[in-house]
Amino acid sequence: MTALYQQYRNQILFSLMAGLLILVALIQSLSVSLTILNLCLISAIMALGVNIQWGYAGLFNVGVMGFAALGGLAGVLISMPPVSDAWQAGGFGILLGLVITIGTVVTCLFAWSRIQHLRRQRYWIIAVIIISGYALLRIFFDPGVDAVESINPSVTGYLGGLDLPILVAWPVGALFAAGIAFVIGKIALGLRSDYLAIATLGISEIIIFFIKNEEWLTRGVKNVNGLPRPVPYEIDLQQAQWFQDWAMAVGMPVDDSSAVFVKICYALLFIAVIGILLWLSETALKSPWGRMMRAIRDNETAAAAMGKDVTWQHLRVFVLGSAVIGLAGAMLTTLDGQFTPVGYNPLRFTFLIWVMVIIGGSGNNWGAVLGGFFIWFFWIEAEPIGLWLINALTSGMDPQSAVRAHLLEGAAHMRLMTVGIILLLTLRYAPEGLIPEKKRL
Amino acid sequence: MSFLLGEQMTGGYGAADILHNCSIGVEKGEIAVIVGPNGAGKSTAMKAVFGMLPLRKGQVMFDGEDVTQLKPEERVVKGMGFVPQTHNVFTSMTVEENLEMGAFIRTDSIDDSIAQVYDLFPILKEKRKQPAGELSGGQRQQVAVGRALMTHPKVLMLDEPTAGVSPIVMDELFDRIIEIARLDVAILMVEQNAKQALEIADKGYVLVQGQNRFTDTGESLLANPEVRRAFLGG
Amino acid sequence: MTDFFNALTLLGNFLIIPGLTYGSQLALGALGVTLVYGVLRFSNFGHGETMAFGAMVTILVTWGLQSLGLSIQPLPTALLAIPVGILATVVLTLLIDRFVYRYHRERKANPVIFLIVSIGVMFFLGGLIRFIIGPGDQIFFDGTRFILKAREFKQMTGLNEGLSLKMTQAVTIITAVIIVAAMFWFLNHTRTGKSMRAYSDNENLALLSGINPDRVVLITWILVAALATIAGTLYGLDKSFKPFVYMQLLLPIFASAIVGGVGNPIGAIAGGYVIAFSELILTFAYKKVVLYLGPDNMELESLVQFLGTDYKIAVSFIILVIVLIIKPTGLFSGKTI
Repeated sequence: MTALYQQYRNQILFSLMAGLLILVALIQSLSVSLTILNLCLISAIMALGVNIQWGYAGLFNVGVMGFAALGGLAGVLISMPPVSDAWQAGGFGILLGLVITIGTVVTCLFAWSRIQHLRRQRYWIIAVIIISGYALLRIFFDPGVDAVESINPSVTGYLGGLDLPILVAWPVGALFAAGIAFVIGKIALGLRSDYLAIATLGISEIIIFFIKNEEWLTRGVKNVNGLPRPVPYEIDLQQAQWFQDWAMAVGMPVDDSSAVFVKICYALLFIAVIGILLWLSETALKSPWGRMMRAIRDNETAAAAMGKDVTWQHLRVFVLGSAVIGLAGAMLTTLDGQFTPVGYNPLRFTFLIWVMVIIGGSGNNWGAVLGGFFIWFFWIEAEPIGLWLINALTSGMDPQSAVRAHLLEGAAHMRLMTVGIILLLTLRYAPEGLIPEKKRL
Repeated sequence: MSFLLGEQMTGGYGAADILHNCSIGVEKGEIAVIVGPNGAGKSTAMKAVFGMLPLRKGQVMFDGEDVTQLKPEERVVKGMGFVPQTHNVFTSMTVEENLEMGAFIRTDSIDDSIAQVYDLFPILKEKRKQPAGELSGGQRQQVAVGRALMTHPKVLMLDEPTAGVSPIVMDELFDRIIEIARLDVAILMVEQNAKQALEIADKGYVLVQGQNRFTDTGESLLANPEVRRAFLGG
Repeated sequence: MTDFFNALTLLGNFLIIPGLTYGSQLALGALGVTLVYGVLRFSNFGHGETMAFGAMVTILVTWGLQSLGLSIQPLPTALLAIPVGILATVVLTLLIDRFVYRYHRERKANPVIFLIVSIGVMFFLGGLIRFIIGPGDQIFFDGTRFILKAREFKQMTGLNEGLSLKMTQAVTIITAVIIVAAMFWFLNHTRTGKSMRAYSDNENLALLSGINPDRVVLITWILVAALATIAGTLYGLDKSFKPFVYMQLLLPIFASAIVGGVGNPIGAIAGGYVIAFSELILTFAYKKVVLYLGPDNMELESLVQFLGTDYKIAVSFIILVIVLIIKPTGLFSGKTI
């Protein structure tokens, strides 16, 4: 029995997952089940990104949220139509601000390389450059920002995007995340692991603050709604003759079936992405490069002694993994059709993804994907299950009882507790996760 | 039967044994020195006596009692003191606090013992409020020895006490070690500076590949031409 | 001259008093993080939730006392309830250590594994707290609100600007000073405290010296629980209690601990104030101060602010990043990283 399980473990576990989704389709509805599936797929991609960093290289990145948000931002900047009034009003100031920022950074880097011999003074020199650059920035930038934000603030109030197809945003989101990851990696990868964790956590918060507050770019807490779609709109489908015929044939009401159809389109797109990513990751893992990465992870000192540039390899993996997370972030915004900066919180976007990787099996791509599926499924379904459980458990109690009311109210928070317990149990009793890393030679 | 005796010790950290039927002993008031080439298992032998190495065979007798099964901490309580080769002081704590920590297992007053250590190492009294991490290498070694002395051990084990200190400091440290031995303490130490160490040793053990090669008084070992040629550089 | 005092009052009211208050809260939090790091050697991501748990129990007891009509006017009743909160949190942390951390400690797990374990604890506690008290805002402050009202100050001094001191601010600062003093007395002058420092400094040598590691761990968790409860309650009294806020607080607390030098208690305290004051100094609008100090007919359009108030929390990370680049061991050189 166990031998059989060992042999077909992946198939069994993935069938189990499929079974759960089918169960939801039967009990709740097909539409709910597909919504869960789509988010499962995106979670799985994020988990893949984290797994590339943690599983391949042992890098502890707790900035998942920031990279996902950058991907989401790419969705806005690529797909939304530009706001020409805003560009006219404040575009120049903002572009100038951008130039000043780049100029300041370049000056800093240049100065830094030239004044290494000055010991303490060099910090002061850099500080002076930064402060004067910042002052200059504020002088030109602030009026531009004010101008942009005052253009029809209830609808736009920002610069808008490039009006390109939103699918372009996916690779661009990956690029955004990769760029920031490169900078973070340069700063923090030389430090020990829990420092990297805290640094990434901090930087991801800064990214979110930036996105929430720089309204000229992101509309901030006012959200960007109505992002264009890569798939048909329900309303168009409902009016199309071929679709009405098809809905007839399947025997579903047209409005329901259009929603389902759209979700299936998304799911197919996502599955294609995840398929490509899995293929790439598996190939990379089997390649000499993958072997080297595992060698570095398992014994950094020995690998360094053998002449491997550990920090450089770490940087590459960090950038790659973050790019995958950025991609997933862009996909999420695409699926939502809107960009909501307040929605990004570390519990949901960082720690939950980590739980997925650990429980799925760190170091194993299929494990990360499965973890993404299982945990997201649980995260969504825990509430109805918990409610049902507490209802059942307290059914003997007086319906007016305050205890029962409190328990029912608290059911929503059971999932936090349960996820915590699952994580703790996994770490203790099955530290390798559901699908352990393959032992390769 | 020696006061402290590791008999026929065989064992190692993993599958392979490092020690093979190795025996080390020392009497009260005596200085015993373990010398040998690099990788001979000198430090391992000492660690085995102190219980930091699992033994497959052999036993350790201390003061007429079999202590083979005791953990290092328990041997400290029994009266064994150990000075590791590195990381042997609490660097962030003052000299005096280091001594206090050395006496942690004692419940009686420790002022006398501290005074005694200061008598032995006067420089420590001067520096008693300084963090041990700020001291020089030789002074640190003094703190390390002083810390181990705080429990009034009946046997003091030193793992390369003179590693990394200048020859002058080394001589000074050896003088102090002789003084400690005169207090009726048994001293067992591992030394790289074989010649100088054997000069002060009552008993010397030359280990090669985890086995006893020569065992004699320090003087005779120094006089032994074979030992001189092979281990003392002529 | 009056202008100078007006400017000074402004700074006192909006920078110094709030900075000292927030700094004290961060310092107490960072002290807990640094103790765990020093003795148990991992970054405890569950610390924010531990603070929230302690505050929650204190709140529940405070409500109980309030309904019984017990109070210690003019001080907030919560002060009376803190010991119960500490006790409950001590029990909680010891249970968690017994059933969660001890297993990994015995296996000498990698610090990153501990970190992930602490994330699990964070989830668990977060859920538990929300389950018990709900995710909403809870107000449990009572007693006198102000020790010194801005209006009274103006009457007293005849200045334009007022200086106010809230009871919660005074309580926070004074409690922090007492706790920190007690903490340092304990660490530097008691046998147990010294044994904790010794264990944190050199675990193997501590074992050789006969220091019992289980006892050190036990004492550490007790202290951490007490510090977390006090910090959590003071923060809740001063602002308000909301479970989510405590997770956000974790970040500035880590920043404080690292900026000061993680594992170093003095560093944790200094770090707390450094972070608190940097946040306020960088986001304070100096317009009025400049107007007071400048020539009489001066006009100023800008707010004279380095960063928007929205960026308050971001400041702590920016400082963290700068410290990481320039001096990763922190201002007071903690454990070498």
